[in-house]
Amino acid sequence: MKAPVDYLLHLADNALVLGQRNAEWCGHGPILEEDLALANNSLDLIGQARLLYQHAAEQINGDGALAQRFAHLQGARQEGRITEDTLAYFRDTAEFRNHTVMELPHHGPLVGYAVSERDYAVTIARNFLVSALMVLVWDRLQTSKDAQLAGIAAKSLKEVRYHLPHASDWLVRFGDGTEESHRRAQAAVDHLLPFCEAFWQPGPAERAAAQDGSGVDITTLREPWNALVDETLSEATLTRHDQPHEGYVAQGHVGVHSEHLGFLLAEMQSLARAHPTAVW
Amino acid sequence: MGVTTESSLQAIERALAHLADPEIPVVSLSELGILREVRAGGDGVPEVVITPTYSGCPAMGQIEDDIVATLREAGLPGRVVTQLSPAWTTDWMSEVAKDKLRAYGIAPPQCGSAAATGNSVLQFSRHATRPVDVPCPLCGSRNTTQTAPFGSTACKALYRCLHCLEPFDYFKPY
Repeated sequence: MKAPVDYLLHLADNALVLGQRNAEWCGHGPILEEDLALANNSLDLIGQARLLYQHAAEQINGDGALAQRFAHLQGARQEGRITEDTLAYFRDTAEFRNHTVMELPHHGPLVGYAVSERDYAVTIARNFLVSALMVLVWDRLQTSKDAQLAGIAAKSLKEVRYHLPHASDWLVRFGDGTEESHRRAQAAVDHLLPFCEAFWQPGPAERAAAQDGSGVDITTLREPWNALVDETLSEATLTRHDQPHEGYVAQGHVGVHSEHLGFLLAEMQSLARAHPTAVW
Repeated sequence: MGVTTESSLQAIERALAHLADPEIPVVSLSELGILREVRAGGDGVPEVVITPTYSGCPAMGQIEDDIVATLREAGLPGRVVTQLSPAWTTDWMSEVAKDKLRAYGIAPPQCGSAAATGNSVLQFSRHATRPVDVPCPLCGSRNTTQTAPFGSTACKALYRCLHCLEPFDYFKPY
């Protein structure tokens, strides 16, 4: 059996958007080793996205009703078929199903007079919070009833196994570091944690996948995720202020995104859209 | 094209036996475990089965091109098939390949992959992926330290020998 296409797109979009964000550090890393680490990290994420998009594209091409739903991606299709590139480069903001936390810029919330500047603490805190989720998700998806997805999960788990310790090591270094690094790490965690609330409010695609055994019931991962997060935050001498959470829960995974995704996609998609038939 | 015979599969295997990895030219694709199998496809055309190392390994495209070019040069039919499962692991790396890596200046993976060592997912969280010690491929000293967990390619970490003071690459267990 195959996982629902929208579930595959959710997983793929998460990986692609975070991969694109992290790639913004390429050539701008705070030190050479971190520049390499983030580029490596992005390469893994974009590779995972490719595998997931290929799997989704196969299903779309093989199913008349689905093909109809994606028919508006006309012109972007190579030889009349949907490809991984069609799905990555020719869908618009509202069609993306990634969590909002993936698309946020590398800085905290802006106020009227503030200038935006990349803050590595935000980058590290996000990679930590997301990797902590993805080790659990990929581990479970290894037994997905969709054999291809299970195969992708087994590979991805090996990769996130390196992403998580990298991010948690740095979070500990920042949190338990200088006064300034602690302040910025705490601000980053305070900024990002409320966005993680969306992890536990699955959209229709995630629920459908959990039900048919191709996906994972994400709500069962909340406790193990909390345990992973709390362990590292306490080592990092950082505090969680997110519980109990009351208020707006981000809706990126059902297509209601922050203002930031459009800018990210514009940069990522402009070349492919300007030259839709280009190959290299 | 058409009928695949045992001897035509063997001819393909022979032709590809010495095809090297594009990024680590001292080891062959089959020694690394990337080249999995040469088999008869459903339509009778021989298939060369390869498996990606890391999901985003940029060398995969080059590897596929190299295989296609090698077959064409030898006048052999066949196509390349990419297969994900079971996922590639450094556990498949032959001892010969590990020796060649060492001779080339890259420290081979020290411990088994997570699956082979039975590491649970929760152990990934903290310092579980750091091997106890990685002998220097140049002087053999075990007095080495990790400089950075990510290196020049997706599969390597950066290390430094505290005895001979040389930096070196470490092929990470995967």
